[in-house]
Amino acid sequence: MNDRFNLYRFAAPAVFYPLAGRLVPWFAGLAAIFGLAGLALGMLVAPTDFQQGEGYRIIFIHVPASWMSMFIYLVMAFWAAIGLAFNTRLSGMMAQALAPTGALMAFLSLWTGALWGKPMWGAWWVWDARLTSELILLFLYIGYLALTAAIDDPRRADKAGGLLLLVGVVNVPIIYFSVKWWNTLHQGASVSLTRSPSMASVMLWGMLLMALCFWMYTIAVALLRVRTILLERERHTDWVKAELTGETR
Amino acid sequence: MKTRHKRLALIGGALAILGVIAALVLNALNSNIALYISPTDVAAGKAPKDKVFRIGGLVKEGSVKRQADGVTVSFVVTDTEKDLPVNYKGILPDLFKEGKGVVAQGKLASEGNFVASEVLAKHDENYMPPEAAKAVGDAHNRAAEKRAAQEAGAAAPAAKPGATY
Repeated sequence: MNDRFNLYRFAAPAVFYPLAGRLVPWFAGLAAIFGLAGLALGMLVAPTDFQQGEGYRIIFIHVPASWMSMFIYLVMAFWAAIGLAFNTRLSGMMAQALAPTGALMAFLSLWTGALWGKPMWGAWWVWDARLTSELILLFLYIGYLALTAAIDDPRRADKAGGLLLLVGVVNVPIIYFSVKWWNTLHQGASVSLTRSPSMASVMLWGMLLMALCFWMYTIAVALLRVRTILLERERHTDWVKAELTGETR
Repeated sequence: MKTRHKRLALIGGALAILGVIAALVLNALNSNIALYISPTDVAAGKAPKDKVFRIGGLVKEGSVKRQADGVTVSFVVTDTEKDLPVNYKGILPDLFKEGKGVVAQGKLASEGNFVASEVLAKHDENYMPPEAAKAVGDAHNRAAEKRAAQEAGAAAPAAKPGATY
């Protein structure tokens, strides 16, 4: 074997566990910094909107949460595909560790959207394509969590959950493009890769900082969670025994 | 081909098929997924008869009229091609404004006007401070004036040859 840097090495639970432990404080710290900066910019510096007044400030939570809810699902589906194809142990655990945060983000997105919708649109909820497909995403997350929790054998649970994740992945582009494909009450995207954002720059920066904060938070809690899952699933192995006795000494 | 590569190809193929199925189903459901139809669709007779449906478009400038009781409102929804008069009794959302998007739920009355039971404001994707909005509005007006002046200028020379006859 060569001693060149090997990415696959990190797929070994015994190597990944301490690495994740070292990374968590960094991501948590970055999440706090980006969050404080984003909230300060969004709540104190950013001007009021010409139509919505102060109510628009919900976007500093709503938009990053919606982005994360879609992105986390894509990452989980990626891990599911890797897990099913290569039979790696860590992949299923990563998907498992991301799921509660994904569900939280989808819920936050729907909830903040409802709070904004009542004063702006005049309705808490409308069955338009954007809102409905995001609700389906929340159900997919909850379904994944319920399905994997219902199967006792973790490897089989990962396989069943992985299939569900892969089938559900068609929903993500539907959410994203729903406002383009159909008449919806939800407005189109203010920020996209193909054109300049239709938003004042201070508001945009506040939103992007909050999005970074949500990214860092997600990585930090996912790593924390995957460490717990690792210990639980590998509890019969030597490295876990060594790790646990080493920590108590 | 290794087993894992086979499995990866299988997953990729299954996803592609799933995507095509989803696209076909959504395409077939197209008219049911749309939240509202436009005044042009209504004029073309695509509106369901004696059934509740939603229309969407812009509130025509200068068309909002409030009755003496203060809660009955009439306005015109337009998609800039066709217009549809709407009657509504109730509270309008804050973002309801002339020239802005609106979605109304209700039925077509016999006189061809739309009697709404619910009116929702459709917000656009623009976020800006009031000063910026005013600047954009001013620039828009200036451009419109310039265009009008140019059209008047273009019309004047064209009228000249006619004067010689």
